[in-house]
Amino acid sequence: MPIFDIDFETMPREGLEAIQLRRLQTTLERIYATVPFYKETYDKAGIKPTDIKSLDDLRRLPFTTKQDLRDNYPYAMFAVPMEQIVRIHASSGTTGKPTVVGYTKRDIATWAELMARSMSAAGATNGDIIHNAWGYGLFTGGLGAHYGAERLGASVIPVSGGNTKRQITIMQDFKPTILCGTPSYILHLAEVADEMGVDFKDLYFKSGIFGAEPWTEEMRQELEAKCNLKAVDIYGLSEVIGPGVSIECVEEQKGLHVFEDHFIVEVVDPDTLEPLPYGEPGELVFTSITKEAFPVIRYRTKDITSLNPTPCTCGRTHVRMNKPTGRTDDMLIIRGVNVFPSQIESVLMETREVAPHYQLEVDRIDNLDTLTVKVEIDETSFSDDIKGLQAMEAKLSHDIKEHLGVSARVALVEPKTIERSQGKAVRVIDNRKL
Amino acid sequence: MMAEQISIFIENKEGRLAEVTAILRDAQVNIRALSLADTTDFGVLRLIVNDNDKATAALKKEGFTVGKTQVLAVEVTDEPGGLNKVLDPLCEQDVNVEYMYAFANPQCKNAIMIFRFDDIDKAKEILAQKDIKVIDGKELSGL
Repeated sequence: MPIFDIDFETMPREGLEAIQLRRLQTTLERIYATVPFYKETYDKAGIKPTDIKSLDDLRRLPFTTKQDLRDNYPYAMFAVPMEQIVRIHASSGTTGKPTVVGYTKRDIATWAELMARSMSAAGATNGDIIHNAWGYGLFTGGLGAHYGAERLGASVIPVSGGNTKRQITIMQDFKPTILCGTPSYILHLAEVADEMGVDFKDLYFKSGIFGAEPWTEEMRQELEAKCNLKAVDIYGLSEVIGPGVSIECVEEQKGLHVFEDHFIVEVVDPDTLEPLPYGEPGELVFTSITKEAFPVIRYRTKDITSLNPTPCTCGRTHVRMNKPTGRTDDMLIIRGVNVFPSQIESVLMETREVAPHYQLEVDRIDNLDTLTVKVEIDETSFSDDIKGLQAMEAKLSHDIKEHLGVSARVALVEPKTIERSQGKAVRVIDNRKL
Repeated sequence: MMAEQISIFIENKEGRLAEVTAILRDAQVNIRALSLADTTDFGVLRLIVNDNDKATAALKKEGFTVGKTQVLAVEVTDEPGGLNKVLDPLCEQDVNVEYMYAFANPQCKNAIMIFRFDDIDKAKEILAQKDIKVIDGKELSGL
């Protein structure tokens, strides 16, 4: 398969590391001068950008967390004046406030480049037609893939999420050859196609690029069988750039190559925060070294995985990360949307009609993630009026959709029926087999 | 004049209703009448009992949410058109029934209808004008 940027993607480690160090040092000097958060943090830690003389010195720098981004909401982490910002994206935060990220013109170009590399790794060329079923909007999935497809020179169909039957008609008529989307949605799409009597064998796909939520090897086999294509995993998060931080190559489909000329990847022990050697599982940490508007240094993703330095048959020299196996926090990904239990809690508190005893139950029914929010009823919220109680459920469900962008069924339950362990309510029951 | 009904929130789970009635049995509470309104997830059990305080205390002790609602207990004659005698005057003056349920008066042949109206005071007034017998809470408990 062709490699989009053969020079950088197959660069020998020595050269790659020299570039990483130079770019890291430049980034550090710039953010120390322009972002008060980094200056204060580094001054407090007694470290100067000039102290970083080797890649190994990176471990001396403090981490950046989602809390830091929240404290600097919305724009205080930006390293350039607003005049240079051309795009803003956002992802869910642990409270009502989202995490806001900005891009300069060059950042958008970098991101498009990385997505073009990713699509190329999945087997796409400028002759392909890309069916992009990731959502367009504040979420980075849709627009990230869109710009990448254009950079590659492929034809992109900006179909976005939803309206599944129309998507299938488009697949039949527009003849797309590359499919992008969240794996659970694509499986749902395959089922709807089946109901409509449409066989993927009669469609034109060769590869599928799936991500924005965790998925397993079993799901890969299912996706490949049902959709008649090669399925590769893509990884990214808006805090780092969006999708295109790492991608599997279609040759191996075994671990995701991290684009190390743009990001330095580490895996650290989530308790001691010490960097771990290759192969050992821990929390994934990224440092961006080419971003202008929103650089992040040692950003803790809370995703758990390990790194694999074994040379790959595809020719890329960039280290591979294994599929993330879990999270260190309670974040759920439901149909590609990040959901924190605390967000649901703040919606419930806002209405003040129900007790803050709640539980999220996540299931995968017919390959679609479903969220049920169970809320305990109490004396103040209870009335003998069924219509009133149902209206309360509907209102909460509507408010959750409004605030979080995720559909949830709200079910009122009896008081003290939500499981409590050691006095603490069990907030999440995830029945999805991942 | 008014009667007090207690209501209980119960999830649609096997055996849940029997648990409620067992609690009342153990508390020596007698059920005069009941109705169950339900949705797919939950139901609301509405009860007329001989001792509201005892019933409420026993149910709360077992963790149930108990509500109290003012309702009217109306005697309806046991003959064709008996119910219309009650409903027609209310309907004429725009009083709506939110829900109702019935039981037989053990002391005579008549039925007792438990009504929840959207405007209980107006309903009371109309029924008094029409000389329709409304049974008060005390009498109801003592039946």
